[in-house]
Amino acid sequence: MTDATDGADERIKSESVVTRLMKRPELGAISGVILVTIFFLITADRSMFTLSGIMNFMTPAAQLGILGIAAAMLMIGGEFDLSIGSMVAFAGLIFGVLAVNMGLPLILCIPLTLLAAAGMGAVNGTVVIRTGLPSFIVTLAFLFILRGASLVGLKWFTGGSTQLRGVRDAVEGDFLTPFFSGDAFPGLFSWLAERGIIDSFNSGAPKVPGIPVEILWFIVMALICTFVLLRTPAGNWIFATGGDDNAAANSGVPVKRVKIALFMLTACAAALVAIITVIDAGSTDARRGFMKEFEAIITAVIGGCLLTGGYGSAIGAFFGAIIFGMVTIGLTYTDFDQDWFQVFLGGMLLLAVVFNNVIRKRVTGER
Amino acid sequence: MSEPIIHMENIKKHFGNVIALNGVTFDVRPGECHCLLGDNGAGKSTFIKTMSGVHKPTAGEIFFEGRPMSFDSPRDAMEAGIATVFQDLAMIPLMSVTRNFFMGREPKKGGIIKRFDIDRANQITMEEMRRMGINLRAPDQAVGALSGGERQTVAIARAVYFGAKVLILDEPTSALGVRQTSNVLATIDRVRNQGIGVVFISHNVRHAMAVGDRFTVLNRGQTLGTAVKGEIDAAQLQDMMAGGQEMAQLEGSLGGTV
Ligand SMILES: Nc1ncnc2c1ncn2[C@@H]1O[C@H](COP(=O)(O)OP(=O)(O)OP(=O)(O)O)[C@@H](O)[C@H]1O
Ligand SMILES: [Mg+2]
Repeated sequence: MTDATDGADERIKSESVVTRLMKRPELGAISGVILVTIFFLITADRSMFTLSGIMNFMTPAAQLGILGIAAAMLMIGGEFDLSIGSMVAFAGLIFGVLAVNMGLPLILCIPLTLLAAAGMGAVNGTVVIRTGLPSFIVTLAFLFILRGASLVGLKWFTGGSTQLRGVRDAVEGDFLTPFFSGDAFPGLFSWLAERGIIDSFNSGAPKVPGIPVEILWFIVMALICTFVLLRTPAGNWIFATGGDDNAAANSGVPVKRVKIALFMLTACAAALVAIITVIDAGSTDARRGFMKEFEAIITAVIGGCLLTGGYGSAIGAFFGAIIFGMVTIGLTYTDFDQDWFQVFLGGMLLLAVVFNNVIRKRVTGER
Repeated sequence: MSEPIIHMENIKKHFGNVIALNGVTFDVRPGECHCLLGDNGAGKSTFIKTMSGVHKPTAGEIFFEGRPMSFDSPRDAMEAGIATVFQDLAMIPLMSVTRNFFMGREPKKGGIIKRFDIDRANQITMEEMRRMGINLRAPDQAVGALSGGERQTVAIARAVYFGAKVLILDEPTSALGVRQTSNVLATIDRVRNQGIGVVFISHNVRHAMAVGDRFTVLNRGQTLGTAVKGEIDAAQLQDMMAGGQEMAQLEGSLGGTV
C-alpha cells in the first residue's frame, strides 16, 4: 500500500495480521498446543480427545497452570520463585492442621492458609529487595526451608507420621467444599447426558459428571491475569519493573510494591493448589508439590516469558500448562513408553527458549 | 522577583567514600530556565537526581514552594509536579512507546475496576510526539526499535507532558538532529512562558545561552557560581565550564551574583 493516508508513514510496510501475531508472546505456546494436538491425533488412541479424555489431561494442566500463570506474572516482573513447590507442601500442612487438628470450618481455614502463604511470599520478596540478591538464590533457600519445615511440622502435628489424614472427613458437608473440590455443573452434565449430547453410562449417568473445579480456577486465573497485564496500570507496572527496575522506579513505578505483590501472588497460587489437591486426596504429606517450581517455570517459559523479565503473557502460560498436561497424560494413550515425557518436555523448553529469544530480537529491533 | 519553586540548600551527596556533591545551593523560579553546566563527572546528574527524588541527599535541605520537603521516591517528586528527563532516559526497550510514556502515571477509565485507558494514552502519545517534531510510525511500537534521538524525544515529550511545576532536562539534546534540537529549545521557551521552572543541563554553551536565564557551573561537586543572563558571555561561560582556569577574571564579571 503506497497511498499516504492521514497519519500513515511512508516508511512503514503495512503489517499483515500474521506478522502482528508473530510479535505476541503467546504465539509459541499456541502453535505448541496445535502441534502437540496434531501429534496425539496421529499417535494416540482416539479416546484421548473424547470429553473424558480432555478432562483427564486438563486436570493436571489446571493444577500446574495455576502455579505456572503466577510464575509467569512474577517472571514478567523480573523475578523467579523456586519455593513454589515447597510452598504447596507448607500451605497443605497449614490447611490440614487448621481443618483437621483445629477443626475450623473452611470459611476460616482457606483465608488463614492464603494469609499465611501471602506472608511467606512477602518475606521472600522483602528479602530479595532488601538484599538485592538474585531471587533465584533467595527462593532456592526457601525451597529447602519450607520443604523441611513442612516435614518437621507434619511429624509434630501427627505425632511422628509424615502424612496428615482425615481432611476429607473434616471438610465433608462444608458449604465451601464444592468450590474447591469435585466437579462443577453436575446438573448441566446430567441434562446433557439425558439429551444424549454427551456420553453416558447404561444407567443414564454422564460419563463425565462435570468440570473439575480446578479447571475453572485455572481459566478464571488466566483471564484475570491477562486482563491485569494488558488493561490495567498494575499490568504496566509489572512489565516496567521486569523490563528495567531502575528505569521503572525513576519513572514513578512503585517497583518494590509490585515485586512483593507478585511474590505474594505465587505463594497464594501455591496455597490454592494445596487446598484443592489436599481436599481431593483427603490427606497431605511432605512430598506434595515436589518439583512443581521447575514445572511452573517451564510452563511460563513455554508460554513466552523471557528469563530476563519484562516480556511474556499469562495466556501463554495457560497454553503452556495445557501442553504440559497433554504430554504427561497423552503418552499413556500412545504406544510410546510414558517415560519419554521428560525428554519431550526438555525438548519443548529448549525450543521455547530459542524461539522466545528470536521474538525478543524482533520486538526490540535488535540485530 | 518571585519565590523559588524549589530551593536546594547546601546539598551534599556521598557514595561510600566518593564525594559526588559537596555543598551545592541552587534554586529554580517559576518561568525561568536555570542552566546547570559543568565538566564530565562534575556532579550535575547526581544533583538533579536528589531534586527528583532518586537520591536522598547525605546532608542539606530541600524546600519546595517554601516548605521543607523530603522526597522518598521519584513518585513523590512527580506527584509534587517535578518531571525529569534522565541522562539514561529511563525507558524500557521491550515496552511500547505509549506504555513507556505513561509508565507510573497511566490514565484510567471505568468505574470500580480502574482500567488503563490505552486508546487515550495512544492518542496523547502520538500528539505529544508530533508536537516535538517526530511522527511516530505507531504508538504500540517497542521503544527498543526507535532510533536514539527518537527515544530521547519520547523521554522529553513525556517530561514536558507531566512537568506541572518543574521540568528537569539532563542533556536532553545529546542525540538530537538540528531540527529536533531547535524544537526542544523552543519547547523549553514555551514551557517557561507557562510559568514552569526549567532546569537545563547541557554541555553546549550555545544551547544554554539560547534559552538560559541563569547559569550555574558545577565543578568537582561544588558550585563555581551563578551568573545571570546578560552578565556573562559565551566565551566566559565556556572557560568556567572547562574547570575555572580563568577564575580571577571571571569573578569580576560575575559581580555580586556569586
Ligand atoms: N551511584 C554512584 N555510586 C558511586 N559514585 C557515583 C554514583 N553516581 C555518581 N557517582 C560519581 O559521582 C560523580 C558525579 O557524577 P555525575 O553523574 O553526577 O556527573 P555529571 O556531572 O552528570 O557528568 P556527565 O557530564 O558526564 O553526565 C562521578 O565521579 C561519579 O563517578
Ligand atoms: Mg550526567
